[in-house]
Amino acid sequence: MSKPQILIHNGRMIDPVQQIDRVTNVLIEDGRIASYDAPLNGQDIVIDATDKIIAPGLIDIHAELREPGCEEDETIATGTRAAIAGGFTSIACVPNTEPPLDTQASVEFVRHQAERADNCHVFVLACVSKNRAGEELAEIGSLVKAGAIGFTDADRSLQNSELLRRALEYCQMFDKPILNRPESSELTHDGIMHEGQLSMILGLDGMPTEAEDVMTSRDLRLAEATGGRLHLMGVSSAESVQLIRRAKARGVRVTAEVCLPNLIWTDQQLRSFDANFKVNPPLRDDQCREACISGLVDGTIDVIVSGHVPRASEKKMQELDQAPFGMIGLETALSLLVSHLILPGHLDWNTALAKLTSQPARILGINKGTLEVGQDADVVIIDPQANWTVDPMQLQSKSVNTPLAGCELTGQVTHVIVSGVVKKTP
Amino acid sequence: MTTERVEIGAVPEAWTRRHLMDLESLTAEELVLVLDTAAMFKDTTANCSKKVPVLAGTTIANLFFENSTRTRTSFSLAARRLGADTVEFTVSGSSLSKGESFVDTARNIEAMNVDAIVVRHQTPGTPQLLAQHVECGVVNAGDGPHEHPTQGLLDIMTIREHRGNLAGLTVALVGDIAHSRTARSNIWGLKRLGAHVIVCGPSTLVSRHWEDLGVEVAHSLDEILPRCDVLNLLRIQFERQYTRPFPSVREYALLYAMNRDRMKLAKKDILIMAPGPINRGVEITPDVADGSHSVILDQVTNGLAVRMAVLWLITGN
Repeated sequence: MSKPQILIHNGRMIDPVQQIDRVTNVLIEDGRIASYDAPLNGQDIVIDATDKIIAPGLIDIHAELREPGCEEDETIATGTRAAIAGGFTSIACVPNTEPPLDTQASVEFVRHQAERADNCHVFVLACVSKNRAGEELAEIGSLVKAGAIGFTDADRSLQNSELLRRALEYCQMFDKPILNRPESSELTHDGIMHEGQLSMILGLDGMPTEAEDVMTSRDLRLAEATGGRLHLMGVSSAESVQLIRRAKARGVRVTAEVCLPNLIWTDQQLRSFDANFKVNPPLRDDQCREACISGLVDGTIDVIVSGHVPRASEKKMQELDQAPFGMIGLETALSLLVSHLILPGHLDWNTALAKLTSQPARILGINKGTLEVGQDADVVIIDPQANWTVDPMQLQSKSVNTPLAGCELTGQVTHVIVSGVVKKTP
Repeated sequence: MTTERVEIGAVPEAWTRRHLMDLESLTAEELVLVLDTAAMFKDTTANCSKKVPVLAGTTIANLFFENSTRTRTSFSLAARRLGADTVEFTVSGSSLSKGESFVDTARNIEAMNVDAIVVRHQTPGTPQLLAQHVECGVVNAGDGPHEHPTQGLLDIMTIREHRGNLAGLTVALVGDIAHSRTARSNIWGLKRLGAHVIVCGPSTLVSRHWEDLGVEVAHSLDEILPRCDVLNLLRIQFERQYTRPFPSVREYALLYAMNRDRMKLAKKDILIMAPGPINRGVEITPDVADGSHSVILDQVTNGLAVRMAVLWLITGN
């Protein structure tokens, strides 16, 4: 009994898995959810959650931690601190590291570093292909033994259709998902932004929605043909949402996610030429943004990811074609969601939380994402009314590539508990 | 070279900009102000051949990340005609190849106490990036396919000289619209001053999105030619294309080259312009380029006048 007894008192508990949304007390004992409605009774720690929301700790289905090899952007320690600051108790990290995570040793290294950092839970997504080169399968079986829970080549979309087909077939033996970002590199080349009227005006190379749609079609067909578990990363176009909707209707085993920036902004942000808005998937037009939101509401899109892509400022502060894609996301995700989607009424709390807790847990096959009695006590407490102003220098991430400097957001994570240990307090 | 004693006065109060990034954001009044200023400089300096030292004691830096002969020479000469000192920085390819970032390069130049930086770069938005990191004025001398505001101004000045007024004229920009900063600057400036603009070229190089912005999109030069008062023949930017967007240069010339036969379809008083450098035989045949309708060399002189006007407006206070 080394872990403290914690009573979270008088908060609105929302747990999508159990369909619970009511004011209660949550008792945590021995690192697990012990009971609801327990009275104040001299517990070691009492957290007053009056007017706050108690939810399962958030889960990011993929985030970049950059270690090993790209520690100028982020380390496992700083990235997981950022996760805690943003209310994430579990994250799955992608293998776009240097070297890429395509060996048992590298997967074990990441897990070891995460244990040392001792912030949030870290799960490893390892490479589908050797050296992330998109040519031949990585040693998926060995990687599973080392603890990998899914396979992806991260921001490198799998261009080779045969490789994807084999991967979907092979992974079924281990019941692990393949996560792929649908994007035809032949149609995007060195594109910088969504191809549309604005890219034409600005003279910036475009990334047409068709580049995503043709690969979404291909991926869906291969998932259907193989019966493999496919998760589509970074869906951003209206047509792709529709393709996924139809595939799900006919029973294809596919899940899909949208990156938070694609729910908040459009390509118009590039008017400023601010490299922080250079993200992939690119910010698209309003029709696409609305289609992604509709996809979330009707269940076509299962998951919201924070889109955490830390890049050092010396890389980001360059000409737009030189600047890498990405913005950081873990620490502002929940507040953006509250400010731009929940408060304006596009999403309700239960749906939004499901996309950030139970759904990613289900896809990753991890026993997380709910506050059921007996579960690991991974809990986030949110003050939905609190306003705060983003100061990149105060963020935990090692990188500051966010366009939100100086922006006021509503909704703040006040407490984070990981396996019954309080990791964040106000 | 003589130094003319003329009274130029102060920069008009109506000019409030510290930088010239594009023509898209300029009002009609601002455009006319620059054009009138350029005409004034041209008149008072005998077609820009004499000095008028209104910028004596200032320093203009030319920061060129992309090969350019005429634009750089034109800016340099314009600065010197105004009595400014000039510093030339030419960086071939990306600054990264030398290990110094673009922003660091710019800050270093500014630390040498320059009053304005004229910047050319292959990437759209780079002048804006520069302006965020330096205190001095910034003039965009071409940022990738985005804009080339002084080129747009000198083209418009040339049309204005020959036709007096832009309103009601039909101006066709022909060729590689997709990769042309000249096209974009012309479109915004011409439209704001009341001209009807046609963009004409292969469908792979002319986006249909222009129609939504009130620009006529055409693919047959022969069809539009009888309606045009001005043709501006843009260079095919072979260096900016992944997959050649038309089958062959021969076929391009067949469909779009302005030649003697096509001149028969044109209005009697048509103006033929080209922003240069021209690919003779591709966009335009030599007889047309050097013919009586061609105002290509007027464009060069007006380039000097426009750049004198812009440098003075930006740094004259």
